[in-house]
Parts: sequence; structure tokens; C-alpha cells
Amino acid sequence: MLRRSGKRVKPMKNRVIKVDTLARVEGEGGVFIKISDGKITDVKFRIYEPPRFFEAFLRGRNYSEAPDITARICGICPIAYQMSAVHAIEDAFDVTVGGQLRALRRLIYCGEWIESHVLHVYMLHAPDFLGYEDVLQLAKDKPDVVKTALRMKKIGNELVRIIGGREIHPINVKVGGFYRVPRKKDLLALVDDLQWARDRAVDTAKLVATFEFPDLEQDYEFVALHHPDEYPFNGGRFISTRGLDIAIREYEFHFEERHIPHANALHSVQKGVGAYQVGPLARFNLNFDQLTPIARQVAQDLGALPPIKNPFKSIIVRSIETIYALEEAHRIIEQYEEPDAPAVKIVPQAGIGFGASEAPRGTLYHRYRLDDEGVILDAKIVPPTAQNQPSIESDMRKFVSTHIDMDREQLTWRVEQAIRNYDPCISCATHFVKITWE
Amino acid sequence: MHFLRDALCEDHMGVTNSILVIGVGNEYRSDDGLGILAARELRRRNIPGVVVVEQNGEGAALMDAWEKYDRVIIVDALDCGAASGDVHRLDAASKRIPAHFVHYSSHAFGVVEAIEMARQLHRLPHVLLLYGIEGQQFDVGPGLTDAVLKSMPDMLSSIESELKRMRTLPPEAHN
Repeated sequence: MLRRSGKRVKPMKNRVIKVDTLARVEGEGGVFIKISDGKITDVKFRIYEPPRFFEAFLRGRNYSEAPDITARICGICPIAYQMSAVHAIEDAFDVTVGGQLRALRRLIYCGEWIESHVLHVYMLHAPDFLGYEDVLQLAKDKPDVVKTALRMKKIGNELVRIIGGREIHPINVKVGGFYRVPRKKDLLALVDDLQWARDRAVDTAKLVATFEFPDLEQDYEFVALHHPDEYPFNGGRFISTRGLDIAIREYEFHFEERHIPHANALHSVQKGVGAYQVGPLARFNLNFDQLTPIARQVAQDLGALPPIKNPFKSIIVRSIETIYALEEAHRIIEQYEEPDAPAVKIVPQAGIGFGASEAPRGTLYHRYRLDDEGVILDAKIVPPTAQNQPSIESDMRKFVSTHIDMDREQLTWRVEQAIRNYDPCISCATHFVKITWE
Repeated sequence: MHFLRDALCEDHMGVTNSILVIGVGNEYRSDDGLGILAARELRRRNIPGVVVVEQNGEGAALMDAWEKYDRVIIVDALDCGAASGDVHRLDAASKRIPAHFVHYSSHAFGVVEAIEMARQLHRLPHVLLLYGIEGQQFDVGPGLTDAVLKSMPDMLSSIESELKRMRTLPPEAHN
């Protein structure tokens, strides 16, 4: 939808930073920071969460509808929603999808990471560091940079389109596998582009590592999926930088969602601990050894080694993960053999299933309870942004408190940037971004 | 079944003498579903020489979608401060999107960004029209509000007439 801009209001004696949103949408995302007498008196990061609606919408539906319905929760990460959904439902039905079908799932996930990370790095985050108001100004100044980024992103779109059936709301993913599998020759046709894009992603990592990063580090507990042999996309175990190591089905024993009145949404916390962080930094810090050799080497050359705790440096990690996704996609395509059947047989049974996967912006957890005909009795969806909300608020509080005398335009811009560090899944929720001062 | 039909339509890209209609939106966000529902209705009308696709408004994908077309119509819900139900038509190829339709997203690279980016990079189609209806509410949930529903037939007739007229003119004659 297209929206109109808001008005910028002059500051009063006491400062209020407000990132406004669409007033007519109840509970839409937004930011509110109040400064009185040189001190922060209030910080609120409001977000509106469509998963609540979708959890209700899924009840009473057949399990086979879940991939298509959940794909529509987020326009940027439909694959993540589909993957977490199919894994959870397969868990309930005691089905394991392996071999080339699992490899294809990783391959389509590579496509989504490439699309999402390139979009975020170049279109949203890099302009902040380069001092451009937005990517349009960057395109005016450096059109070739933006053209390269668009071409890189398109390769991710192509992967999703070839495997998913189309790039927006992919339709080819189902519980048990796919409706049809791609031909090897169609995937091989992408190899030259993948190699070109990998080299550009290496250039990207080198470029963004030269940016000047505001000083912001907190003692976050990072949580991500972990798999002994793979950088995490699908499945594995939840581990953390403070020693957590649990199966996906144990997630709700350790994490809970709390209703936060100002957010009109649920904030996720670790029980008895509090805030934690998911996303690129968490994955990178916990799974560095699982990166591909080139991705690891680039990180080493840049001195970008775990633990990276400064969330502004997530732009470096996204760039390294883009290298990884391009290399991993290439590897999967080279080893691909068209499977005999596009999906394993599914026989519904009553039960509860748990699934998690790594969306570009962090871990996405799903749980479904189904009856013996495969009808969904209830669903729970915990998106990455809900898990990062307490960290986002904490970052804003710390950053503003240490830069309280900063020029208002600068501070506003930096606060926006601090939120963008998390690539918050607000497009699932809201379009968001005008900052006003009262 | 309609999912498969959509997929086939998207596969037809590259027919450069066709006119492309892109319905943009999210059918689970009340009036934001306008573009999607309009696209489905226009597809049902089966207007010769017209390819209809649905998109969620992610800007780079939009630029890819129109890459091989000279003539494009985008249909999207609007929130530009007009009265709910007002129908708008903007000629985005020859004029910048008015200042009150600014980019608004910290996360998405949306319709306006895509149009202005394409203008910057000389990747705009020769003809690019933007049709929309001012929405009333954008909460999650399926279905358009009455104000928007009431204006849908008028907007669809205008688009259909426009498409028929466009088919009789070479792209250069549209300005």
C-alpha cells in the first residue's frame, strides 16, 4: 500500500523521539522515546504481530493448507514460514524428509537468504552508514552499486522461483516435500550467476567492513539453531552462548511470551533469564565453524570473528551469510539428483509437532496440534522479531542514553539505524518509519 | 487451482507486446488486499493482450516483473489522506510520485521506492500508470471495507477501458 508522509514537528523543551506509524492500524509498530531533564524517561518499541491472527486463522484448516497460509504472513520471508510449518507438521506425523528433498529445502532457503540479506544490506542498511538519506540517493550517486545489488538479489529470486513455483508466495512447498521437483538442468543454468554473485558478495563484505560503526555492545545471550554439519537453516537444536542446548520440542520449557501492554504484542523472553537475541549475529557466533571455507576465510581476513556483539556490525555478518548462501546453493546444485518422488507419503495422525528454522532475521518457531485427520486444532508461531524486541528496546535505551546530547536529526537517524540492525520483520506487521518530534 | 494459474501467468513474462497489470497488496490486510482482488477480477475478464500478476509490493521484485514490458499498470491500495473510497490514477512514468506518497518503510523496499529507483536507473516502462483506491483500514483480516468495495467496479471499468485504449496505441503515443 502507498502511504503519505507525516509532518515533522519542532522539538519542545523535553525531547520525544517518536517513530510514527499508520494511526488507523491498531497497534502498529512504532518507537517512542521520551527524554526529560537530560534523562530517558520512557522507551517503547511497539510492534504489531500478524501471527496472532494467523494462529487463529489456521485453526480448523487441513494441515496441507498451512504452508500456503503461513507463507502469507511475511512477504520477505515466506520460505521461512513454510519451512517451520512443514517441519512442525512432519514432526507431528512422525515423518522425516531427507536426501535430495531436504537438500532442495536448503536450496530454496538459500534463495530467500540471498534475496533478504541483499535487500537489507544494500537497500536499507548501507545507505545509513554511507550517509545517504535512502537508497534512492545512493542510486543517484552510485548507480552501478545499486544495479549490482539488484542483480544479486534477482539470483535469490530466481532460486525461489525455480523451486518454489514463483518468487512471491511460493506455491510448490508441501508437507512431505514438494508438488514437483526442479530439473537439474534448470538449476545448473544458475551456476554462473551464483559464482558471479558470490564474488560480488565477497566485495560487499569487504566494503561494509570499512564502515564506521557506532559503539554499542551489550552482554546479549545469543540463541540460534545448531546442526553439527551445516550452517543452520532447517532444524537442529537450540543452543546459546550461555550453554543452553535443547531440542526444538523443548523450546517452550525455556522460553515464553509475555504480553507487553505498550507493544500490543508478545515479547519473548528466556524463562528466569530475560532478553535474548536471535538472528545473524547469533547464528554467526554459534555456528562459525559450519560456514563454508570462503565465507570463513573472508571473515578471518576482515577480522570479523566471533563473538561479534555490536549489532551495527550485523551488516558484515549478513554479507558473510550471503557468501555462505551462494556457496551452499552452488554445492547443492552440483550434487543434486532429481528424486524419484517429489514428496514422501504423508499419513495424518493425531499429535503435536514442533518446528524451527532460521529465517534471515532469526529463528522462527512453530507448534501445531492436529487431529487424526490432519485438521489443525491449534497453532503457535513465534517470529524472530518478537524474540528480539526486548534487545531492540535495550539497545535504544543504551544508545540514546550515551548520545543524549547528539543533534536531534542525528539521534533520530541513529535510533532508526539501531532498529534496522535487527532487520525487524515489520513488513509482516507494518510499514514504519517516519520520525517526528514533539 | 488458482495458485497454479498465477504461476503460469508469471511464466509468460517476456511477451513484450503485452500489457502488464500488477496487483499489489496483501489479501489478509483488509483494504491492502485491493490490488490482489483487482488483479484476480481483471484476470477473470480475460482481456486479450493483457498479462496479470500478483505481487506483495517488494520493490526489487516489482522492477523485475515489469522489466520486459513497455506498458504497465499497477493497482494498489492507497493511504494518502483522501476520502476513503476515492479512486486515483497517477501517471508515474512521466511524473514523479507526488511528495505526499513517500517511502514509509524501514523494512521493505516498496512500490514508490521501486518506481523512483527505476526512474533513477532508467528502468521505467514507457507507460506506467498507478491505479488505487483510498483505503479505510488495514488491520489483519480478509475482506475489503464497504467504502473500497463500493469503488471497485468504477476503478475496474476505468482500468479495463484504459487497457483497451492502450492496446490500440503504440507505447510512444501514450504520453
